[in-house]
Amino acid sequence: MPEILQIVVYGIVLGCIISLGAIGVSLIFGILRFAHFAHGDLMTVGAYFALFGVAVIGLPMPIVFPLAMIACALVAAGIDRILYRPLRRASPIIMLISSVGTALMLRSLVQILWGPDNKIYQAGIELPISLLGLKIKPTQVTIVLGALALVVLLHLFLHRTKMGKAMRALSDNMDLARISGINTERVIFWTWVIAAMLAAAGGIFLGMDTRLNPIMGWRILLPVFAAAILGGIGSFYGAIVGGLVIGIVQELSTLFLSPAYKPAVAFAIMVVMLIVRPRGIFGGKE
Amino acid sequence: MSLLLVENITGGYGGTDILHGVSLQVEPGEIVSIIGPNGAGKSTAMKAVFGLIAIRKGMVKFKNQVITGLRPDLVVRRGICYVPQEHNVFPSLTVQENLEMGAFVRNDDISGEIGQVFELFPPLKDKRKVPAGNLSGGQRQMVAMGRALMLKPELLLLDEPSAGLSPLFIDLIFERVQEINNLGVGILMVEQNAKQALTFSHRGYILVMGCNRYEDTAENLLANQEVAEMFLGG
Amino acid sequence: MELAGLLSYLVFFLTMAGIYGILALGLNVQWGYTGQINIGVAAFFAVGAYTSAILTTAPSPDHLGGFGLPFLIGILGGMLIAGLLALIVGLITQNLRTDYLAIASIGIAEIVRLFLKNEGWLTNGVRGIPSIPKPLSGLLDNGDALLYLLIILAFVALIYLGMQRLFHSPWVRVLRAIRANEEAVHAAGKNVLRFRVEAFVVGSMIMGIGGALYAHFTTFISPGAFDPMFGTFLVWVMLIAGGSGNNRGALLGAVVIWAVWSGTEMFTSQLPEAFVTRASALRIFLIGLLLEIILITRPQGLLPEKPPKLRHGDEDQASS
Repeated sequence: MPEILQIVVYGIVLGCIISLGAIGVSLIFGILRFAHFAHGDLMTVGAYFALFGVAVIGLPMPIVFPLAMIACALVAAGIDRILYRPLRRASPIIMLISSVGTALMLRSLVQILWGPDNKIYQAGIELPISLLGLKIKPTQVTIVLGALALVVLLHLFLHRTKMGKAMRALSDNMDLARISGINTERVIFWTWVIAAMLAAAGGIFLGMDTRLNPIMGWRILLPVFAAAILGGIGSFYGAIVGGLVIGIVQELSTLFLSPAYKPAVAFAIMVVMLIVRPRGIFGGKE
Repeated sequence: MSLLLVENITGGYGGTDILHGVSLQVEPGEIVSIIGPNGAGKSTAMKAVFGLIAIRKGMVKFKNQVITGLRPDLVVRRGICYVPQEHNVFPSLTVQENLEMGAFVRNDDISGEIGQVFELFPPLKDKRKVPAGNLSGGQRQMVAMGRALMLKPELLLLDEPSAGLSPLFIDLIFERVQEINNLGVGILMVEQNAKQALTFSHRGYILVMGCNRYEDTAENLLANQEVAEMFLGG
Repeated sequence: MELAGLLSYLVFFLTMAGIYGILALGLNVQWGYTGQINIGVAAFFAVGAYTSAILTTAPSPDHLGGFGLPFLIGILGGMLIAGLLALIVGLITQNLRTDYLAIASIGIAEIVRLFLKNEGWLTNGVRGIPSIPKPLSGLLDNGDALLYLLIILAFVALIYLGMQRLFHSPWVRVLRAIRANEEAVHAAGKNVLRFRVEAFVVGSMIMGIGGALYAHFTTFISPGAFDPMFGTFLVWVMLIAGGSGNNRGALLGAVVIWAVWSGTEMFTSQLPEAFVTRASALRIFLIGLLLEIILITRPQGLLPEKPPKLRHGDEDQASS
């Protein structure tokens, strides 16, 4: 039994990382109605911005973390302005293809600058601590608490600020938002900022928990999409639940499947969801 | 000076024109109805005024300033607000939040306007925190209108405000429209419920196939035998 | 560079361009004809290659094989298994929006990749399958490559002509109408879903053929050869650059983009060792950038498609 609980703990850690990506994917889908295939690589970019701060400039992670989030947000806003905005009048399918190209560019840019090898934030092995009879690394505690904090902040943002409410309004009905006088481009800008900041956080957490390499984000894209679909694409809370479920089930699957097939588990869950209830647990947007 | 002056507008969706030289005007403090059979272009005319549809020929003036082809979010800032017929609330936002979104472009204190909306539509008072999607059709219509009032518009465009409502609610909505008008807001209304709409209006225009057909005071239109037969259901 | 070297490079170039042309033709049926986004091209490419390899290689302790079947059977097998995989994917996703198909396709690609890597009994894992027989080898002195190029070109021609025939058939007219306005075709009561699945399967079968041909060309395959970059993204850029919906565009795009890709490789291979991996990433970056530029400035590609007109009675003819 403790072994299963232990696995569940790892699953929750992984789930937090996936959730941070899935929330962004859902936010973007809710407003722009397309699946953002460059989202995983946005996570990679965030992780490597942090690496730059920690390894090159030599600042401590707590300072680098928010800076990397902001840097990633600027990148995303720039990408939207230059690459996606001109295509907004075309179909969401074209934007999807464009995001595939963007993913390629981001990934290869990271590889050009940093090379293909694995990197880490900090040398040395971290010893796990004991929490309620279970083993967990301090980094992993940081990840879970950090993800929790970000989610709470996002909730407050979406429900207590004008821009947050405007994001929810646009997600409901973009035309009506326009008619009401809401500056849709500004809201879209903030959506990218928020989504990218969360992606960066997820990427940094992923790098902290495992390691960094240029394809880390692309590798996690499938579980991220699966989580968003599971929760109901376009649903903020759904993305959180979806992420945790995917994370936990993926880890539990190692009990009877080769760990190499973990991504396949996320895919299988997603496929089942698509067949049984395509709108997801929380009934996302159409 | 007319509040709204629409001169000979021609336009429509994509390549096809739906409006062929439509003209109308709204004087300050008036309630004007546009009625006519289905497909007459009534809603299209309204959307054209608001900048949602391209106008190929003709002109739209608001308080003597040309606004032809102005983008909706800029038209709103001039003082015209629009309530579409369908999908006119944000379903996942609460009633309160819907109103706040109506006032998005404002940065000042909006509590006065919010209070006013709840005065106009008392049934909404205890539904402040309810998501608009959970409300009945009539209540949603109230929220939709309330949202449009948040910017204190001088002209309100209403697209079939009575659509899909029970007879009881229809009367209520028209009464509310009159209330809003009493506050000094000009109203331009497209309506399918022609007779009732005219009863609450000062003047009316009848459009057929994208062209003006009749124009008169509401009283005269209602009294007109021909008009009554053709457009008011006898 | 001496003439013989140049010629042999040209043969190599055209052979690869031909294989990619076949992949692009297959993708065109899916994306160009029915607007279905398949970001898992590499999966069908790989499945075709591995099936053919397994069917035609000599017995080996490292992987499933030893059937020693002839080349054409290998191609056929590759085509059929790829088609089967596509049928499964298509049926699962038939009711869903294209976004979901796109996501599902990367899932399939991932599963196929993991499968090929981990099921060593079947595929020899990362060590790959060597000694795949080359048809007609030894017939001409030093002429193997040229002969194989002719085989490839024959397949390209066959598939191209087949697709052109299909393009003007009632079946495809319905497909193109679906792509333009799904609701209208739906309203006409036609089985939109069936057409879409069929298109997906046909496209994937063509990709399977491409994979099989690739296997016999290189005579050695491993999972790494079907990396998404080479197996999927390059094909997409080729199709978008050449002109989606357009078979001629697909082939033109294959040649042009393959030229860009190989050209940049010639350039970067001159660089010192230390820069090689960075340089290859740079090439990928440029391809991605090229895709973006095309999408923004000339999304219809080099050869814009000329849509065939849907005629009355097409739907009935198509479903008969």
